[in-house]
Amino acid sequence: RPGFTMLARLLPGKKDLFIEADLMSPLDRIASVSILKQHEVDKLYKVENKPALSSNEQLCFLVRPRIKNMRYIASLVNADKVAGRTRKYKVIFSPQKFYACEMVLEEEGIYGDVSCDEWAFSLLPLDVDLLSMELPEFFRDYFLEGDQRWINTVAQALHLLSALYGPFPNCYGIGRCAKMAYELWRKLEEEEDGETKGRRPEIGHIFLLDRDVDFVTALCSQVVYEGLVDDTFRIKCGSVDFGPEVTSSDKSLKVLLNAEDKVFHEIRNEHFSNVFGFLSQKARNLQAQYDRRRGMDIKQMKNFVSQELKGLKQEHRLLSLHIGACESIMKKKTKQDFQELIKTEHALLEGFNIRESTSYIEEHIDRQVSPIESLRLMCLLSITENGLIPKDYRSLKTQYLQSYGPEHMLTFSNLRRAGLLTEQGPGDTLTAVESKVSKLVTDKAAGKITDAFSSLAKRSNFRAISKKLNLIPRVDGEYDLKVPRDMAYVFSGAYVPLSCRIIEQVLERRSWQGLDEVVRLLNCGDFAFTDMTKEDKASSESLRLILVVFLGGCTFSEISALRFLGREKGYRFIFLTTAVTNSARLMEAMSEVKA
Amino acid sequence: YNYYIFVHEEFWFPILFCLFLFLYFFFVVNSLRDFVDDDDDDLERVTWTGELVGIISCFFRGRTRLGSFQSLSDTLSDTSAKSYAPELGRPKGGYRDYSNDWSPSDTVQRLRKGKVCSLERFCSLQDKLQLLEKAVSMQDGNVITAVLIFLKRTLSKEILFRELEVRQIALRQLVHFLKEIGDQKLLLDLFRFLDRTEELATLTNEKNFLRPVLILHTYRTITCSWDVRSLLRLRSSESTPRKASILNMPLVTTLFYSCSYHYMEAEGTFSSPVNLKKTFKYVLTAPAARAELRAWNDVDALFTTKNWLGCTKKRAPIGFHRVNNALVQILQEYVKLVEDVDTKLNLATKFKCHDVIIDTCRDLKDRQQLLAYWSKVDKGSAEEEKIDALLSSSQIRWKN
Repeated sequence: RPGFTMLARLLPGKKDLFIEADLMSPLDRIASVSILKQHEVDKLYKVENKPALSSNEQLCFLVRPRIKNMRYIASLVNADKVAGRTRKYKVIFSPQKFYACEMVLEEEGIYGDVSCDEWAFSLLPLDVDLLSMELPEFFRDYFLEGDQRWINTVAQALHLLSALYGPFPNCYGIGRCAKMAYELWRKLEEEEDGETKGRRPEIGHIFLLDRDVDFVTALCSQVVYEGLVDDTFRIKCGSVDFGPEVTSSDKSLKVLLNAEDKVFHEIRNEHFSNVFGFLSQKARNLQAQYDRRRGMDIKQMKNFVSQELKGLKQEHRLLSLHIGACESIMKKKTKQDFQELIKTEHALLEGFNIRESTSYIEEHIDRQVSPIESLRLMCLLSITENGLIPKDYRSLKTQYLQSYGPEHMLTFSNLRRAGLLTEQGPGDTLTAVESKVSKLVTDKAAGKITDAFSSLAKRSNFRAISKKLNLIPRVDGEYDLKVPRDMAYVFSGAYVPLSCRIIEQVLERRSWQGLDEVVRLLNCGDFAFTDMTKEDKASSESLRLILVVFLGGCTFSEISALRFLGREKGYRFIFLTTAVTNSARLMEAMSEVKA
Repeated sequence: YNYYIFVHEEFWFPILFCLFLFLYFFFVVNSLRDFVDDDDDDLERVTWTGELVGIISCFFRGRTRLGSFQSLSDTLSDTSAKSYAPELGRPKGGYRDYSNDWSPSDTVQRLRKGKVCSLERFCSLQDKLQLLEKAVSMQDGNVITAVLIFLKRTLSKEILFRELEVRQIALRQLVHFLKEIGDQKLLLDLFRFLDRTEELATLTNEKNFLRPVLILHTYRTITCSWDVRSLLRLRSSESTPRKASILNMPLVTTLFYSCSYHYMEAEGTFSSPVNLKKTFKYVLTAPAARAELRAWNDVDALFTTKNWLGCTKKRAPIGFHRVNNALVQILQEYVKLVEDVDTKLNLATKFKCHDVIIDTCRDLKDRQQLLAYWSKVDKGSAEEEKIDALLSSSQIRWKN
């Protein structure tokens, strides 16, 4: 059990444990507070901006390798020094220690005072087919800052998986980060030659993709149940906090959402329109089960109580929770005028009524509905339209800043850098002043001074890609959401997620053949790859198993869509993601304004 | 005779002695493992038999490291072996001293594994760059940063910048690293070196820093069509706390908003868009290019020059720190500065700067206009009173 390796790294004896906020949820999944107490952890503190006062003689810190954490620890240790107090300090880095951290510990003069260790926890199973690295910062660090610090972590995770499941005979990938992670992983495998050689492959295919290959899907509102729950309530590490309005009591409840929840398991991938009906039917069935006891004799009743009642009660509990969640979701969505919002999103995806959609977004901003939502819509407009026309860009940006405050300005600069919200054309009209002041547009020999920052952002060619890959299904009559016929059901039949379509096509062809144009439009000319090894050892069973690796996060909608594809084609997908994400998290990652 | 040998103690004794030695050294070696890197390439993974052989061979050969193994019989028959006490490895530090043989490739491999590595031997620029190139090809950000930390310490910033200018990946890694450790100064120097004014301006998101950022932003918005209605809409809903943040905007920003509006609306009348641009240019290059972005006095002084908006009056500098809460008050101050009367009136009307309008009408001795305005002001307000007072004043010689 992974928890034990962490616990083993704590200092022996009584101690206080400081945990970084991002690690609290994963740790909770692995080692509950009671287990920590069993290991002599007295008090738990969160690593925050303000210093915590602990009187314990031994302090352990469980943190990500970030500089600000080092500074936090240093301020604590140095404060002790000033007060003439010495204690035992241990820093446990998860998943590993970075050299920059060492440098700061040295700079702060505490290098010799703290002992260090690494807890190489890299994979948290959130469900039977979902593994998360719990690295939400991956998205911002790589796709905004171009920092490659987590590529080794991904390579290590892949290394671990291939040690557990044998080599992957077929590898596919698209995206610069995917390529780098893949190459580093291959290097790791070569170095530790012999560990996986000769082993039977249990997973036949691995597919790596970068989040920025498909931003559109990540920005859409989700309408499958699990996605909707995530969008509405925020699922953290596989559990969700349902408040009193859902639990119909005065208490909040933390609920684990995975395949073990029988009710959830049946509705998680369903389009929301089916869910309520399904749950009501189930409630009726449940009632019928309860009612059976009326006609029972003592013996049957005894049997019933001992065998079935517990299960029924459990189901009842779960049902009422999920029904409560549905009601809460419906209330919220009605309030937000969800119908209109979805209509606009679909229009953007399909590419008509753009002016109307732009006006809708303007109104959304003016009404101050939500800064994150407004931003998301602007980004969706930008990506589907290959950038905003300069007039719209300036106008919307100005309105946004007026509506939500000028402190959001830096967010715009981030979004531009990441390619989420851009302008069409060569950029702002260059005046003499601007060209003198900024050499962003340069006459110097191209290649010498490359634009290191904007190269991270790519031109989106969504419309062309959409046509080529038939992402917008032609519908004659009604689209049946009860019995979906393609992956578009996850967006009410309006749009097939691009990432999922790419995976589908590549798996069908077992290569990128015939997809050159798409790859070019995705700006991944150099970054689409395959790597096949001889498959003689791979069983047909393993060839049906596909590991999909999302670098930068994946959404529940994509997971549902691929599960559907799996059922259709006889595959089974396993998902590995740096973190589960949705549109709100994506926007928050780019935002410079702390909520 | 053979049987005799087997039972005689002289036969058994050396074997038992070897066994004893083996057991002794085995335990010693295992406890010494802690001193040596776990994954050290020099320490081969050995099987049980190997260890036996290895230790015995150490004993007989006096090796300082557990090196390659020969078969036991070979070792024992080696008559040239001297019986040195083996030195079974040194504490961690010792191994690191023998790093002179590690190439950039090897060094980078070690770095990726998280081993402590001394990079000091990479003295020449060529060596340093080779090391950096290897680190970049490794793809691991942590390794690249480790090398950059070393380069930052051992290269002048000019050289460092020059070399990184053409190495995108390392450059990005350095920028993020500097941001994370908060080395503002070096970051600023870097951006100036690369002529990255935009990044200069968006360097931090400290509240104080936002002002020049807003200057830059507002400048850019000047060339677009400004929706004054939204600006006016803002004014009318002063009660909402969210919008109050707009009202709390620094002096400069609101000034530029009003200027930009004016710039767009009165393009014909306002005779110096070029002038405006010139001033903006000066405003922008001065603070943006300088490291002392907190030198508010300097920036402040720029706005009180004679050329500003054609104002020839000398005014005491209005410090940015004196942020007025009411948008009207702010705008009033600046609208008052406007030299051109028509422009002034225009702006004042748009932004409902009553006092300015009233005073201007008074200065112009324009009674009709004052009367017209009187009908627009709120009944019972201070403005109404003021207008009343002026209209009934016998001292003013109205022209109409």
